[in-house]
Amino acid sequence: MDLGTLSFISWWAPFLSFLIIGFFTRKKGRFSAYLSIGAIFLSLILSILIILNIEELKTPISKEIVWLPAGVSRGVAGANSIYFGFYLDRLSAIMLFVVALVAFAVQVYSIGYMSEESSPSLGRYYAYHSLFAFSMIGLTLSKNILQIFVFWELVGLCSYLLIGFYYYKPEAARAALKAFWITKLGDVGFIIGILILYFKFGVIDIHELINKPYILKEDFNLGSLVLILIFCGAVGKSAQFPLHIWLPDAMEGPTPVSALIHAATMVAAGVYLVSRLFPVFELFENVMWIIAIIGSFTAFLSATMALVQEDIKRILAYSTISQLGYMMAALGVGSIVAGFFHLFTHAYFKALLFLGAGAAIHAVHSNSIWHMGGIFRKAPITSLTFGIGTLALCGIPPFSGFYSKEEIIIKTYYYDNKLPFLFLIVTVFLTAFYMGRAYTVAFLTKPRTKEAQDAHDPDFSMSFSLILLAIFSIFAGFYHEKISHLLSYLQGSEFHHSKVSTLPKILSLLLAFLGLFFSYYLYSAKPLVLTNLKLRFSYIYTVLQRRYYIDDIFEWIYRKIVVLLSVLASWWDRHIVDGIVNWVVYNTGRIGRSLRVIQTGIVQDYAFYIVIGATFMLILILRGF
Amino acid sequence: MDLKALFYLSIFLFSLGLYGVLSRRNALGILISLELIFNSANLNFGLFSFAWGDPSGVLTIIFGISITALEIVVGFSIIILLFRLRRTSNADEIEILKG
Repeated sequence: MDLGTLSFISWWAPFLSFLIIGFFTRKKGRFSAYLSIGAIFLSLILSILIILNIEELKTPISKEIVWLPAGVSRGVAGANSIYFGFYLDRLSAIMLFVVALVAFAVQVYSIGYMSEESSPSLGRYYAYHSLFAFSMIGLTLSKNILQIFVFWELVGLCSYLLIGFYYYKPEAARAALKAFWITKLGDVGFIIGILILYFKFGVIDIHELINKPYILKEDFNLGSLVLILIFCGAVGKSAQFPLHIWLPDAMEGPTPVSALIHAATMVAAGVYLVSRLFPVFELFENVMWIIAIIGSFTAFLSATMALVQEDIKRILAYSTISQLGYMMAALGVGSIVAGFFHLFTHAYFKALLFLGAGAAIHAVHSNSIWHMGGIFRKAPITSLTFGIGTLALCGIPPFSGFYSKEEIIIKTYYYDNKLPFLFLIVTVFLTAFYMGRAYTVAFLTKPRTKEAQDAHDPDFSMSFSLILLAIFSIFAGFYHEKISHLLSYLQGSEFHHSKVSTLPKILSLLLAFLGLFFSYYLYSAKPLVLTNLKLRFSYIYTVLQRRYYIDDIFEWIYRKIVVLLSVLASWWDRHIVDGIVNWVVYNTGRIGRSLRVIQTGIVQDYAFYIVIGATFMLILILRGF
Repeated sequence: MDLKALFYLSIFLFSLGLYGVLSRRNALGILISLELIFNSANLNFGLFSFAWGDPSGVLTIIFGISITALEIVVGFSIIILLFRLRRTSNADEIEILKG
């Protein structure tokens, strides 16, 4: 079989499992779980086969069928037709592997984590997971941007369904709705961008776009507008400022879901989209500048918010936003290798962190880090793997995060505008600090609750996934050279600096160690200093805990403007639209009432009407009309 | 023979029948008046057949008379049934068609 067929099977296998679970075996939870895992395992094996032969993909493989024909003549679709199919090149092959691996790890982990769920509920869970795997792989392999948009919405749907998995909890239902609405804000821009692209430039095929990116340069202003609109979609999905507010709330879903969808794969779809179209973005300096600024600012902003969170999942959520900001910034300063490589490593270690957090939550039955503590002694596997994830996230060598983060720091250092570099280098310190804080409080210090004292390592399925992802978190960094070689075809103008300064490298390492050291020192040994600091800077603390009031602003807009509009719309509906309908109804009734007097029921009256009618017609006929 | 006078007779029969249908209160009277209208129509057929020398008009009369006979049977049955149901054959008092 050629690689195209392999990718095709790995794409549709989860869909088949979704159909089977959805229609037949939903009530049998365990069976559905094994079916779904079997499907994603098949995808994983096939994607590994593709990765092993990745050099063959120098010429991309694609197959398509006509989806929306345009200008059909003699049964042959015209040039503007839209196709549906897959496009397998080196970028999508790597992404396919990342998605399949993390999805597989998370689904295996879920057997242990969701073991207390009822059987139909488990079936529903795995049906959603299969649908998600199908949609995410579909997004990865999409042939054109419209197809990306379809799968983009499908993964959004899965995210909505899985955030609201505990739909009987009002917070979960609310968070699901919030995630859906906020991402839709960005998607509106995305679809408008696609429409302009299709109707003004006539090209939405990815292969055409990345090989002839200069088409968009023919009309520079319109081209910039299109790219900014497409980037809007990425901002919504990848939770960049100012649409980042949905991701922390999305933590209401089950923890494995947060690991898969809200850390490793779906939220990275925005980054993937920009990488996918990177040759086009690269031509527009102005758009790239916006991406770099938004990305780096998001990284900084959400890292500060992570400092004061107490819910371990929320800390990780803000950290995810921050790391996505890193990737965006890297793409913005013009390095797809740095951006995508960070996506590659981040997927493993952030999924690992979430799964580790899930194991810790499973052990102590609380999300708050202040209810944990001392888990290190009781649950070594959880603590060690979480520790590996933490070190990778902070960028400590030799863990994978070090390589990708260092690459980003260097690339931003050589960017013309120094602002992204400043934001990111400060964020290195903040990242190390909040992760150090979480690790110290939750895992190292003395147990604070009875549950924490009885903490234990999870069962086999959960441990297996933790170890699997930990291995990747350690070793993924070594593929740096390989990936930068593989992705060079998307990189138009690579930086060629005769000698790379060691200053940013040393600075970021130093800051990471400092952050870890400070947080450990403060949170393990100096509670008094901590309280003092908290008191002295209480106003900053409040602002951070209120998340810079951004959520409040959105809520205010919602309450004042959206609700006002709804009131107006409801008035219009009740009085104008309904008014017209009621008027018609009223008058029909009135005419009916006045006409019913002629229906006497007496047969002779009807005969009389017949005579009148016949006479009238006779007169007409005689007069020759 | 003066055909014109017979045409006037036909018109007179028709008008008489029409008046009867519209004004008689008894359902039997209405039925009898209907017969008058049929007779005027049949008379017309006969007259035209005679005037144009075409026998098909006479044939139509034969059909018409036989159909009228059947119609009387059906009409009487309905009136008898109505009478059994309502204890009246007065057309004014039967308003079951009223909407």
